[in-house]
Amino acid sequence: MSTQEQEPATQEQEPPETESPGDRRRAEKQRRLAADRQAEAEAATTTDEETVLLKVFRYDPEVEDKQEPRFDDFHVPYEDGMTVLDALIYARDTFDSSLTFRHSCRQAICGSDALFVNGSQRLACKTQLSDLDAPVRVEPLPHQDVVKDLVVDMEHFYDQMHAVEPYFQSDDLPEGDLEEQRQSRENREKVKMSTRCIWCGACTSSCNIAAGDNQYLGPAAINKAYRFTMDEREADKKEHRLRILEQEHGVWRCQTQFSCTEVCPKDIPLTEHIQELKREAVKKNLKFW
Amino acid sequence: MSHSYDRGLVEDFGRWREFTAGMWAWIFHKFTGWILVGYLFTHIAVLSTAIPGAAGETVNDVNVYTYTIQELESLLLVRVMEVGLLAVAVFHILNGIRLLMVDLGIGLDAQDRSFYLSLVLTAVIAVASVPTFLEGML
Ligand code: HEM
Ligand code: SF4
Ligand code: FES
Repeated sequence: MSTQEQEPATQEQEPPETESPGDRRRAEKQRRLAADRQAEAEAATTTDEETVLLKVFRYDPEVEDKQEPRFDDFHVPYEDGMTVLDALIYARDTFDSSLTFRHSCRQAICGSDALFVNGSQRLACKTQLSDLDAPVRVEPLPHQDVVKDLVVDMEHFYDQMHAVEPYFQSDDLPEGDLEEQRQSRENREKVKMSTRCIWCGACTSSCNIAAGDNQYLGPAAINKAYRFTMDEREADKKEHRLRILEQEHGVWRCQTQFSCTEVCPKDIPLTEHIQELKREAVKKNLKFW
Repeated sequence: MSHSYDRGLVEDFGRWREFTAGMWAWIFHKFTGWILVGYLFTHIAVLSTAIPGAAGETVNDVNVYTYTIQELESLLLVRVMEVGLLAVAVFHILNGIRLLMVDLGIGLDAQDRSFYLSLVLTAVIAVASVPTFLEGML
């Protein structure tokens, strides 16, 4: 290690008299890289004009001139592959450090940046600017109270999620201490999509039944319940789960508008799951014998 | 959350330009359903003139029930509204079948296309009915 580090130093002191082929190759590479870098820089300056106009909702009850909600314009330099979240981060870091929004993973897995972008609920980190018409209007999720700028109060959404007991709770455990609770491949496939929910709240925000009925469980919570109701390892709890779902403000509130299914960033077939649970609820109560 | 901003419900319907197929289907279905209920009452009012008609009551020597129908059918507005009523009923039935399929979990991936199909079929049937409903008017 140390000998290798010393070598270049000695070479510098006594430059080689003849250029080796390796030296030539390296020098050539250096020149090419420099040229590339220069071309890139030039391209950057020429496309510098290419900015995207973001119109961002602003509101802050604690700041006097932000108590009245308004939209601020941000001109963000466009880069290939830029997402709405990237643009917001740029705007916050460059123009206004008080611009407030939630984000974390930047890869559509934490569920913290569902926003209302150009009139529909989307994950900012999963939405390419190139897919949107300019100007890009960024607002907090509708039907939730705005706390500040793009941040909404998610408490009610989480309450709904918890209302369906979103955890595995079978009493039917295998005999052996370390034995696994195995699930068939078919059953895993059945619940697969429903397990993908990242609790972003986009679906519930898009649902105008949920907007008008605060007690309605909403698509995300019903989907969460589907994940366990349809899990055959929990067969002993199926009735208990359906009892929660078939209540007045459960599955029957859904009027199949498909808004939730359209906006879910994880492509969960929410309406399909809700409809299937409606049929399960009917089957549980219909007995002809 | 003591200070928070509630944007209310009003803006929902201000966003109609961004509604997707399923949402339009829902709005049209409610709308047509309630029009049909409204028509039901009008229909009962017209038909109820048959009760004195059965007892032989007349207007200008014509049975009162026949007279009511003839007077109504002589109005262009009524003929046009009949085409509208047919369109409303056809859409409600076709989209109603679509909704029943959705309830049964059939073809959920095609729900937007089946809505457009309901619209197209409704338009075709309404146009095809025009000669019948406007017969003798133009
Ligand atoms: C073959 C004929 C018909 C079919 C297949 C049909 C089907 C349906 C279905 C499936 C729904 C439920 C929509 C949902 O889940 O949101 C519905 C709603 C409705 N229908 Fe019909 N319908 C028919 C005839 C009628 C008639 C004749 C009337 C009026 C007298 C009517 C009035 C309504 C109304 C008012 C609603 C909305 C109820 C609500 O607010 O939820 N329908 N129809
Ligand atoms: S179901 Fe989809 S839209 Fe709804 S909270 Fe989960 S990931 Fe978000
Ligand atoms: S930042 Fe995590 S989902 Fe977008």
